[in-house]
Amino acid sequence: MSGDGAILLAILIPLAGAVPIALAGSRPNLREALTLVTAAALFIVVLTLVPEVAAGDRPRATLIEMLPGLPLAFEVEPLGMLFALIASGLWIVNSIYSIGYMRANKEQNQTRFYVCFALAISSTMGIALAGNMMTLFVFYEALTLSTYPLVTHKGNEDARRGGRTYLGILLSTSIGLQLLAILWTWQVAGTLDFTLGGILDGKVSGPVVGILLLLYMYGIGKAALMPLHRWLPAAMVAPTPVSALLHAVAVVKAGVFTVLKVVIYIFGVDFLHLSGHGQWLAYIAAATILIASLVAMTKDNLKARLAYSTVSQLAYIVLGAALANFWGIMGGSMHLAMHAVGKITLFFCAGAIYTAAHKTEISEMNGLGRVMPFTFGAFMIGALSIVGLPPMGGLWSKWYLAMGALESDQILLVGVLMLSSLLNVAYLMSIPVRGFFGKVTGSPGSAEGAAVVIKEAPLACLIAIGLTASGCIVLFFAPDALVSLLRPLVSP
Amino acid sequence: MADFPGLFNYWIVIVLMMTGFYVVIARGNLVKKIVGLNIFQTSVFILYISMGKVDGGTAPIIVEGTVGAGVTYSNPLPHVLILTAIVVGIATTALGLALIVRIKEAYGTIEEDEIFAKDEPE
Amino acid sequence: MIAAHLPVLQIVVPLIAAPICLLLRRGSLAWGLSLAVSLAVLVIAANLLTQVLESGPISYQLGGWAPPWGIEYRIDVLNSFVLLIVAAIGAVVLAYARRSVAQELPESQQSGFYTALLLCLAGLLGVTVTGDAFNLFVFLEISSLSSYVLISMGRDRRALTAAFQYLVMGTIGATFIVIGIGLLYMATGTLNMADLGARLPAAGASRTVLAAFAFLTVGATLKLALFPLHFWLPNAYAYAPSAVTAFLAATATKVSIYILLRFFYTIFGPAFAAADITLQSLLIPLATVAVLVCSTVAIFQNNVKRMLAYSSIAQIGYMMIGIGFGTATGLTAGIVHLFNHALTKGGLFLVLGCVVLRAGSCRLDDLAGLGRRMPLTMFGFVLGGLSLIGVPLTAGFVSKWYLVQAAIEQGNWLVAAAILAGSLLALIYVWRVVEAAYLRPAPENAPEAAEAPWSMLIPAWILIGASVYFGVETSLSVGVASEAARFLLGGAG
Repeated sequence: MSGDGAILLAILIPLAGAVPIALAGSRPNLREALTLVTAAALFIVVLTLVPEVAAGDRPRATLIEMLPGLPLAFEVEPLGMLFALIASGLWIVNSIYSIGYMRANKEQNQTRFYVCFALAISSTMGIALAGNMMTLFVFYEALTLSTYPLVTHKGNEDARRGGRTYLGILLSTSIGLQLLAILWTWQVAGTLDFTLGGILDGKVSGPVVGILLLLYMYGIGKAALMPLHRWLPAAMVAPTPVSALLHAVAVVKAGVFTVLKVVIYIFGVDFLHLSGHGQWLAYIAAATILIASLVAMTKDNLKARLAYSTVSQLAYIVLGAALANFWGIMGGSMHLAMHAVGKITLFFCAGAIYTAAHKTEISEMNGLGRVMPFTFGAFMIGALSIVGLPPMGGLWSKWYLAMGALESDQILLVGVLMLSSLLNVAYLMSIPVRGFFGKVTGSPGSAEGAAVVIKEAPLACLIAIGLTASGCIVLFFAPDALVSLLRPLVSP
Repeated sequence: MADFPGLFNYWIVIVLMMTGFYVVIARGNLVKKIVGLNIFQTSVFILYISMGKVDGGTAPIIVEGTVGAGVTYSNPLPHVLILTAIVVGIATTALGLALIVRIKEAYGTIEEDEIFAKDEPE
Repeated sequence: MIAAHLPVLQIVVPLIAAPICLLLRRGSLAWGLSLAVSLAVLVIAANLLTQVLESGPISYQLGGWAPPWGIEYRIDVLNSFVLLIVAAIGAVVLAYARRSVAQELPESQQSGFYTALLLCLAGLLGVTVTGDAFNLFVFLEISSLSSYVLISMGRDRRALTAAFQYLVMGTIGATFIVIGIGLLYMATGTLNMADLGARLPAAGASRTVLAAFAFLTVGATLKLALFPLHFWLPNAYAYAPSAVTAFLAATATKVSIYILLRFFYTIFGPAFAAADITLQSLLIPLATVAVLVCSTVAIFQNNVKRMLAYSSIAQIGYMMIGIGFGTATGLTAGIVHLFNHALTKGGLFLVLGCVVLRAGSCRLDDLAGLGRRMPLTMFGFVLGGLSLIGVPLTAGFVSKWYLVQAAIEQGNWLVAAAILAGSLLALIYVWRVVEAAYLRPAPENAPEAAEAPWSMLIPAWILIGASVYFGVETSLSVGVASEAARFLLGGAG
């Protein structure tokens, strides 16, 4: 299959898949089979692109000329390739998990759920494969809108409020700041094509670079840089598979992916490095890492804690971009994959616990690991990967990031990374520890009853958890593949 | 000031226009508003009629023997134009009055403040 | 033979059909005739646009009298584009009107309704095609008088007061325009627009010409409801019959904007409009305030029709910002937005008409839970709303893109920020409706609302679909608009 055909297919398959999924609404088995088939087809199509990109080719496709000089165009480069792989791969796993979760919890409107999910994945593919900033922006907004019905899935007052925050922050930052930055870029550079080495070099200088960077970084609300992170915890009202998608795969990753794209292809790594404006961004990111970790420690609700952990982990990637050197960019890009696999495992476990035991607060989970050993074991693996300990993939990205900070003589930032890892241990590892070793508290009657009733989550959930947990371990042994794929992004 | 007598018509126009405008704005009675609107429009009629006047000009009617005899005519075009505008003005007045009748039927009053008061509670 | 007379047939056909409608007496017959007429007009308008694009402006001499003595119909890129918008909206609204009108008006009034609608259409088309300044006033009054009638036909008694208010304001505006035209005639001795444009530079910027300029500007801005001369608009739109609201919102204000463009650029010329009078310093602040204030007011409305009416005033502000800049990009933005907003707002009001038909009202509370009961209708509203906000892949985005670009070109960051802030305000008011429709349960005693009939859904979706289509494929809208902008700036000097 030729590259450009595959690109369009990657966007069209989930989009077109939404139609039969919607039509099969009254027959759940068929509907879910269709979802899985679509997901698998998408993954295969994305896989066919890999050899070309790895060989140094950049498949291109142009859809239509949206505005004069600004077509909807696609180009596959290593970073986008990686993101597309993560998103399409995890969609399969997430679909398997969703089947177990949605049925077990008897959620309403499951058809709408699967349809919007497919649309969101289509938008994510558009973001991953976009060939210019305009195209990326278009799909960025499409992703926000297609995930809104997922966030407000429950349809109650909480969902309404959460949805309002979600949409409010994401749309207002993107329209108010990002669009302005894009227009400004278009005005000064005359192009929005993603070009290695940037398009702004020589076009702007001095404080303007800083203002543009600020507009972009806060315009990309999905990257959840503090203080614009509120939408992420607010979106926790969604069902768990959605949270997993939002927080591990599509939405937040689309944000940090855009950050990386902007730094690498709009500003250019060298240009940003020389301008020196990356520095304050690095400090904002470092502050976000620490503050979010501290907030996470205070949260007793498991999903809220994971949300703040995500805010913190996303800032790692922004930090990598802000360092604007080889190690930073590599570390940030790798963290895209590492964090995705790790965090989705954690969310799956949170959902499994909710499905099986109907518990959402961490303080209620004492001793639960003994009845759900598989779930809590997987949680342990995911948590270790997020912390960055061997033998989990998370080690590598943190390693690169620390190297990047060292290379730019930012000892302070290295310290932040170390401190944050300790905080991660404190707020993540305490959960499985409680689960396995904690004393069952509460009234004896209910605990006894619970111990009898609670067992592991449905099989579909467990399969998904097993897959992503093993993914964390596999990534530890295969960093070379990632490194060689990403190497063309930046010269060491 | 030397121009004052010559611009007499235009002063009338301005006074009429402002009078009409004032009535439209200041009166709460809908019929009076229509009256004001009429005065306002009338001032424009006079403006147009005045601009057609040519010094020493006579009615623009060609009578045998006068063609090419150096007779000055007034400009008939503004008069023709304003005939159209008068027709439009009458139509507007008629429609306005018809609306007032309907308003009276619906509200039982044609005083603006009373009408607004009646719609308030809803 | 007939092809040569297309410019005048455009007006004559609806003008003759209008009284016939009244004679037909039966509402459905009148509807059939009006629909046929509006389709014919649409075909003619499309034909004219292609002709103009291929072979340049068309000049038609009415009754064979040569300009500048006779009345000339002159069709160039700008007005053939406006013509197409008006004719297209007219056809769509008429296709939609039957069910909506049958529900909102008694049978006895229906033929009168279609008569007035056709007259209004003829008037708007006449304003657009004519090349004669006084003729423009006559057509303007034809369309205005019939639109007062149309508005007064609303079910709520407040429609009457709204129509009266509009009548007073509209007449003042039109009279101002006559005064301006008269003063121009005094200065130049001609009424033909092209001729005026040629002779005015010689007349210089005398006090007469300046006064004419002022009267024309104020008169036109009154008709197009530029803030702060907009007070007639919200009530008129809110209480008029649904089809009328859609028709007027999409055409009447747009034609008024066209009048302003014509005065500024063909008659006074770009140099006069830009330099002699510092238009920028007047129009742009007003327009910017319009965007911000009226979008904010829209947020607090509980009647959705009224909310969209305020949104219209804000959107007019956008167009005026573009026109106020007076640059190629700015004019392109203004004209593109004129087109895009006609589609979007027309579509939205048609959708609301469906809601009124089924739910009986368009108060926000009555929309609760409609997303489930009228999925197609409400999804149409969502798409139209997105275009209003200016989300990519909708027409609204294209206009905002050009507008912000025009502002950045001028280094006017405040205006650029205001345009984007306006989008965010739009997000808030649109989302209030979306939340009500999708995330609130229907009230217990709500009438059993089924999906609207196809005869209404299809026209509404044509406009909604178009507002998405022209967000993706912009060669027609942007292409013609930038052509028109170039023509205005270069061709009329």
